[in-house]
Amino acid sequence: MLGYPAHFGQMECVRMIASPRYSEKRVGYLGAMMLLDEKQDASLLITNSIKNDLSHSNQYVQSLALCTLACMGSAEMCRDLAPEIDRLLRASNSYIKKKAALCAVHIVRKVQDLGELFAPAARSLLSEKNHGVLHGAVVLITELCERNPETLERFRKTVPDLVQIMKGLVISGYSPEHDVAGISDPFLQVRILRLLRILGRNNEAASDAMNDLLAQVATNTDSTKTVGNAVLYETVLTVLDIKSESGLRVLAVNILGRFLLNNDRNIRYIAMTSLQRIVGTDHNAVQRHRGTIVDCLKDQDASVKRRALELSLALVSASNIRSMMKELLLFLSSCPPELRAQAASGIFYAAERYAPSQRWHIDTILHVLTTAGGDVRDETVPNLIQLITNASELHCYTVHKLYRALLNDISQQSLVQVACWCIGEYGDLLLRGECHETEPAQVTEDDVLDALETVLQSHMSSPATRGFALTSTMKLSTRITDNVDRIRSIVSIYGSCIDVELQQRAVEYNALFKKYDHMRAAVLERMPVIEKNSPGHTNGESAGEPMKEIQPPKVKQREPLLPQQPANQVCDLLGLLGGSEEPLQPSPAPGLSLNTASTAGGDLLDLLGGLEPTPPAPAPTVTVYEKDGVTLTLSCEKQSDSVLTVTLTASNSTDSDMSSFTLQAAVPKSVQLHMKAPSGDFLPARGAAKVTQLVVLNNPNKVNLKMRIRVSYTSQGSAFQDTVQIDSFPGLSAAGH
Amino acid sequence: MGGTSGLVKGGGRWLISPEGNAVLIFKMQFMLLFSRQGKLRLQKWYVPLSDKEKKKITRELVQTVLARKPKMCSFLEWRDLKIVYKRYASLYFCCAIEDQDNELITLEIIHRYVELLDKYFGSVCELDIIFNFEKAYFILDEFLLGGEAQETSKKNVLKAIEQADLLQEPRHEYFNVPVY
Repeated sequence: MLGYPAHFGQMECVRMIASPRYSEKRVGYLGAMMLLDEKQDASLLITNSIKNDLSHSNQYVQSLALCTLACMGSAEMCRDLAPEIDRLLRASNSYIKKKAALCAVHIVRKVQDLGELFAPAARSLLSEKNHGVLHGAVVLITELCERNPETLERFRKTVPDLVQIMKGLVISGYSPEHDVAGISDPFLQVRILRLLRILGRNNEAASDAMNDLLAQVATNTDSTKTVGNAVLYETVLTVLDIKSESGLRVLAVNILGRFLLNNDRNIRYIAMTSLQRIVGTDHNAVQRHRGTIVDCLKDQDASVKRRALELSLALVSASNIRSMMKELLLFLSSCPPELRAQAASGIFYAAERYAPSQRWHIDTILHVLTTAGGDVRDETVPNLIQLITNASELHCYTVHKLYRALLNDISQQSLVQVACWCIGEYGDLLLRGECHETEPAQVTEDDVLDALETVLQSHMSSPATRGFALTSTMKLSTRITDNVDRIRSIVSIYGSCIDVELQQRAVEYNALFKKYDHMRAAVLERMPVIEKNSPGHTNGESAGEPMKEIQPPKVKQREPLLPQQPANQVCDLLGLLGGSEEPLQPSPAPGLSLNTASTAGGDLLDLLGGLEPTPPAPAPTVTVYEKDGVTLTLSCEKQSDSVLTVTLTASNSTDSDMSSFTLQAAVPKSVQLHMKAPSGDFLPARGAAKVTQLVVLNNPNKVNLKMRIRVSYTSQGSAFQDTVQIDSFPGLSAAGH
Repeated sequence: MGGTSGLVKGGGRWLISPEGNAVLIFKMQFMLLFSRQGKLRLQKWYVPLSDKEKKKITRELVQTVLARKPKMCSFLEWRDLKIVYKRYASLYFCCAIEDQDNELITLEIIHRYVELLDKYFGSVCELDIIFNFEKAYFILDEFLLGGEAQETSKKNVLKAIEQADLLQEPRHEYFNVPVY
């Protein structure tokens, strides 16, 4: 029994219980309570003994039986013996009555329907004088009322009686038998208060009847000792739960305020627990105590800290967000590990709702990630990224901060992921070195690539983080100028990485470098601003999902266009398909490419002729290149303030066909170029057909627009290449740059 | 926090009443007494749990409580229960109550039990409880029934124990040892 196994004792217990000797019964019942519970089969064997002992002439034997039944009685036993208990409730001495009452409580907990059986007896017990019986009766009535609303209705009539009893306890003189530190029978007082709470809930009349009493108890109870505070606590809980008048509520909240200032940690703890319950309804009243509550955040005790954290988070509002956040962030850096996740998510939620400015919001999130990055939820990363993309004027500031944070510490995965993403997106801003909002760092391209490589190679980085790092390294290839080769080598190394995800990415990026280099700029250009689906929502899976999907298949998005390349590149694609090392193609593409390859050319043009939007003639055309029989004309159309569509048309006036005809274009740095698919790559002789290429230019900074075009083709078995520079665009000069 | 399903069987915590309101049920689930070295001296369970579950709970709880520093709060949240504990000399008295119970009155219950032990054994110490553990249980069973206080008067509890002790047959009657 002192923690040693004792299964062998079970049958002995059964035997001893049946013995006529009191000593044996006593020990037998004790053993039964210790070793048997309702799950054991042997417990059924004692049902009969209990039944007999319940009617024993000796009250101490009866008490043994009652005690055992109340401790481990199973539902069947309870059903069997309930009538016995009811009999004992009515006709026996107070010693047995009080035990029978608590036994009835156990029965009702086990078999709810039997509650009806005990209700009348319970009612009559309230007129007893014996405190033990009263206590048992109150507990029984509480149990009955909680489980059955009809019983609750019936027992509401007892409120005046209960008030009387309570008054008797509070006002009457010193009763040595039940006194505890000046409070007369605190156990009974607490139970009565609890019952009053249940009866007064949602009921005006009952609440009115107990108003005076509650006020009296609240003011008269001595609160220097724990026991007084226990009664006050129960009173406060009751007042807050029933429909009390406002004066009484204020009194209750004031009591809680006093508790908060108490030296005893226990009292402060329960004060905060109760305040938590009313912070929704009596927000202003609780706000008054905000200072004390925030101080409790610094308490040594983990339980107090937990309560203080919950309450502080509930008290955050638009007016106190800045000061509260300071305290909360301070707390986060020193809080116990089990509270970190809760604190972090609470901070995010509060920041989301009440952020005074975007920069503050981003700063706060970064701070949390630096201190507790390991404990934040997964959707924090996409949420933060979305927030950053939305705050476009802060890109420079954000990327600087994140870069510095990354240099400091690469162990916090969420932080590292966000930092990598930002460096990849806004690396050019980082390298530019100028920043209004924070001190710019002199960062060279090598430094940035070093940082990313460290993340890639570190054993602390999770696979997802390494994926982020690899993608941003790739993105940087379009944003930096000197170290593209370094990037190529990094990317090609990871082409044989064990991690399948990284390998896939590396191989795709490799392909981007090798075969689709002209598309690289378009593929890796700046991401558009992500739309928020539900504003003000921390758990924005909506933002999360599109984010996650945009990232990896970003390269895949381009694939459907690839089969529309000129025929030779389609054959290349077939080569890729045949190679099967590079899982580039999603399902529509192979079908398309196989189709077009089999019907050499004509179908291709038809297919693509349908796809390609034919630009209307009215735009003025200018011949920009004419050499060796190849004529290139250009026309442009303004789509919007900064967007211009340029159409290049090529024709062949020689006597021999030209194949593999491709055009590549380059524009000044700040202009964004987007080359659509050409109509084909075959220029038949004598201008039988033309090849058209659409180019979309975005010139947000309105710089002087220039374009350099490289023409390459194969004619009569030899390859030709030439470059032409276009400095003026027709139609553009008229409208102005 | 997983695997707590065993804990709330039979005892019940929140029931949903027919109207759909959550209904509070107040109940002490168990009481444990253990020494500073983690040895269990008394265990009283008011909810049906298997032996294995009991051992697991005991082990975890003892560890958690012993790890607390001296001046800390007497209440801690553990799984989905509130634990109220107090240290008296070399023994920790630990009660598990349900979420809505009044923690302060539980402290008073613990204190009352200690007072009863003290009165009965006369300046009780841990050894008394080790060598007379059945008496400790008898006293507890006179004070609490089914997890609730049954007698709020100290005097009455002690009187009842006294009477019951008198009923105990003297040893020679059931050991058949002749009295010289």
